[in-house]
Amino acid sequence: MISLLLILIPLLSGIAAFFFKKENAAKGWALLSSFATVAVSILGLTILNKTELLQFKCDWLPGLGSSFSIRLDGMGQLLCLLTAISFPLIFIATWNLTYKNAHNFFALMLLSQAGLMGVFLAMDALLFYFFWELALIPVYFLCSMWGGERRIAATFKFFIYTFVGSLLMLIGLIYLQSLTPDRSFDIRSFYAAAIDSKAQHWIFWLMFVAFAIKIPVFPFHSWQPDTYEQSPTAVTMVLSGIMVKMGLFAVIRWLLPVLPSASFAYGEKMIAMWAIAGMIYASLLAWRQDDIKRLIAYSSIAHLGLMVVAIFAESEIGMQGVMIQMFNHGINIIGLWIIVEILERKYGTRKLSELGGLAQKAPAMAIFFVVIALANIALPLTNAFVGEFMMFTGIFTSQYSEYEMITVPLAGITIILGAIYTLRMVQKVIYGNTNALTETGTDIGYNEKLVLGIIVILIIAGGIYPQAFLSLTEETTKFILNEANIFPSSAK
Amino acid sequence: MNALIISAIMGVVMMFSGILLKQRSSVRAIALTGLFAAMVLNVMEMYGFHLFKIDATGMMKFDRFALFFNTIAMSCTFIFFLLSAKEMEKVGLNYADYFALIFFILCGIILSSTFSSLLILFLGIEIISIPLYILTGSDKKNLKSNEASLKYFLLGSFSTGLMLMGITLIYGNSGSFSMDVIAESISKPDVKPGVLLIAGLLLLMFSMAFKVSAAPFHFWTPDVYDGAPTVFTSFMATIVKAAVFIAFLRLFYYAFGEIHETWKLIIAIITALTLFIGNITAVFQQSVKRMLAYSSIAQAGFMLMAILAVNSFATEGILLYSTAYCLSTIGLFAILVKMKDYTFEGFNGFAKHQPLLAAVAVIFLLSLAGIPLTAGFLAKFYMLNAVIAKGGFLWLVVFAVLMAAISVYYYFRVIQAMYFKEGEAQAIEVSSSFKWIIGLVAAVVILLGVYPQLLFNWFYF
Repeated sequence: MISLLLILIPLLSGIAAFFFKKENAAKGWALLSSFATVAVSILGLTILNKTELLQFKCDWLPGLGSSFSIRLDGMGQLLCLLTAISFPLIFIATWNLTYKNAHNFFALMLLSQAGLMGVFLAMDALLFYFFWELALIPVYFLCSMWGGERRIAATFKFFIYTFVGSLLMLIGLIYLQSLTPDRSFDIRSFYAAAIDSKAQHWIFWLMFVAFAIKIPVFPFHSWQPDTYEQSPTAVTMVLSGIMVKMGLFAVIRWLLPVLPSASFAYGEKMIAMWAIAGMIYASLLAWRQDDIKRLIAYSSIAHLGLMVVAIFAESEIGMQGVMIQMFNHGINIIGLWIIVEILERKYGTRKLSELGGLAQKAPAMAIFFVVIALANIALPLTNAFVGEFMMFTGIFTSQYSEYEMITVPLAGITIILGAIYTLRMVQKVIYGNTNALTETGTDIGYNEKLVLGIIVILIIAGGIYPQAFLSLTEETTKFILNEANIFPSSAK
Repeated sequence: MNALIISAIMGVVMMFSGILLKQRSSVRAIALTGLFAAMVLNVMEMYGFHLFKIDATGMMKFDRFALFFNTIAMSCTFIFFLLSAKEMEKVGLNYADYFALIFFILCGIILSSTFSSLLILFLGIEIISIPLYILTGSDKKNLKSNEASLKYFLLGSFSTGLMLMGITLIYGNSGSFSMDVIAESISKPDVKPGVLLIAGLLLLMFSMAFKVSAAPFHFWTPDVYDGAPTVFTSFMATIVKAAVFIAFLRLFYYAFGEIHETWKLIIAIITALTLFIGNITAVFQQSVKRMLAYSSIAQAGFMLMAILAVNSFATEGILLYSTAYCLSTIGLFAILVKMKDYTFEGFNGFAKHQPLLAAVAVIFLLSLAGIPLTAGFLAKFYMLNAVIAKGGFLWLVVFAVLMAAISVYYYFRVIQAMYFKEGEAQAIEVSSSFKWIIGLVAAVVILLGVYPQLLFNWFYF
């Protein structure tokens, strides 16, 4: 029931929002709906955390072996919580923006939330594919209608890119289904299927391309900076905060346990190397960016690359690190986008070279900005530190890794580079002398203080007491790694 | 049988109604009533009610599959009448005759979806084709319409010749026109299919491929679809094409299913070629009407996958595919026919003037592109599933999917023009009933995309 509500609330309220006439009414409605989702999500974590409430199943397409089957497991809980929390934060932070045809904007936002929830909940491959696309279509319209100048071309590139990926994934899923013993799309049948290694390799690439585009893993990343730059900021937050997690999540749930030997064959030797190359490349690019949006976009590629490496290391601590880092990265990057949005709205520019001295004019914003930036570097006491530390430990101690002496130092370099570009950004924006543009700067409003305050609290809480997340994801991690284990006895 | 006879009678009635009735609205009313009656009687036949006791054993078989498809075809024609019947007035003076011809085409559709003898197949295809030649040329003063009609007629009769030749050769091989006898004569495991049979089979395959506009037999399609009056293009690109596909599937399923090994590679190549040519050429079109003509070739490529697979997914799939494709394309054409400018630029800023129609058009386009939550997605899904279940053609599936991704390019160009580009789309007038009907059609497209059991429950019940 909880799981069903998590999809239905945004879905139905999203459809209803199309019929609002007034902008403020639509805004309020969207906020209300997102609050309801948060409430349901938290209830599902606490007092209503019972197995029978967290799952839902009914017939859907019996002829095809597919059912409407959703369930919240630990990882799903975490990502649904992230999806639930993000939307009210985004709505409040962008409260003062006005949109043309606002009711359509908020309706599409809520629909994409429904799609995201569905992706994290689906326990049936065809259903998963449905929600995967449902999350994408509204974003296509959001970016194309309310984005920047080059929005149509950039969004179209993004759409074609991801659509090709998801179609290939669809073939992979159908192929998998034809190999299951009971010809069903159910995730348990997928886990139970005995797939020979030739088929595994085919299916692995069919599916991985879709996930790699979404994450994005180098060399499939070229849509990302353009799309982030051209999208309206609220949508960029959804894209980078939550949507890219779909790819990582899908690798963990639908790839590793289903195709263990192909994942092992390609995971570390190939994909992890790509990810490492992409991390260094993106970090270097981030260093040279003048546009803050592009800087954060590249920094996000670097952060996600590390998660990809950690996933394919297939160690328990590393995998848990990935799961909580998915949550943390979502929170942190939404915080950064909120700052960018404030800067752009107040000063009309996103260029580092044109900003400066804001610490004097907007002290509250400066403090929030510094804390979030430090979390982006993964300084101890912030949430990202916990995740990155666990991932590094995982890669280093994994029984699957053979090249940890290469991957870990190289990934370590990107952490240093991360500190360089992030601090450079902080320095150029808030320190130094004010210039003509920032001379008249003012501090942020109450709604922004509230949202950034919540984000900072989440950052520090996650840094000091990660145990809550750890115990949440423990069971899922064990289960996934058990399914993904290709060595009968767990000796190296 | 019920619907066949009613349609034939209605065809004759409509011819005379043009002489007897002065008012066009009453002509329209008679056509709609007649079609509705045929539809209802057809559904009743599905439940075992026969209006006429005529023994057609050996010639036709009114099985569930055929009756169900006839219901779909007639419902789509009904929707087509509701949406576009008024537009037919603008084509020419012989208003009632157009309806008569469409009823005759329906007879042909019923014949070619129920045949169990090759003679009836030939009759059905011809009864479909000849009225179509006339409808294509019905805009008598328009040179393009005349050209299209002549071209269609010449090429069409050529392919009919091929078909007759094929039927003759197959008769020579098995000594019968009946599909059961043919299937029996070729299903002996120790006998290799002879030259006569293979030659006849290929000729039949090519002539059917011509009728469904599969590459490399597709060259007539863009010119004919573009030249014909837009209302009639909408009819022949959808319902007629789906019906010929049903005949195609029926023929190769029942008669030649046993020797699938011998012809599957040729069909696979035709499928790949059709997908490639349809999609790639559609990308370069500047007129939405011509784009839809090429898109219909591309969609035919997907439907050909059912013929390649010939299994239960394929039969279910082709029913869903024809429903999804017919509804979406009829809807799009119904909007297109009201526009004055058929180019992509003509749609610029359309969403501002007609928010509802634009939203509905988006649903149809998404369905054609095969985006989930629309019927088009599940239809394509069934096709892919059918081929994968048959095994051995993974390359074709991957290729088809890449082509589907290309199709997004040209379908989304219309969406981009309507929503994201500034412009003065010409104001078009639509009645509120038109809006209601087309909205309902869009709702059905979504409903079938979420819960296709609605269709199949009725198919099997």
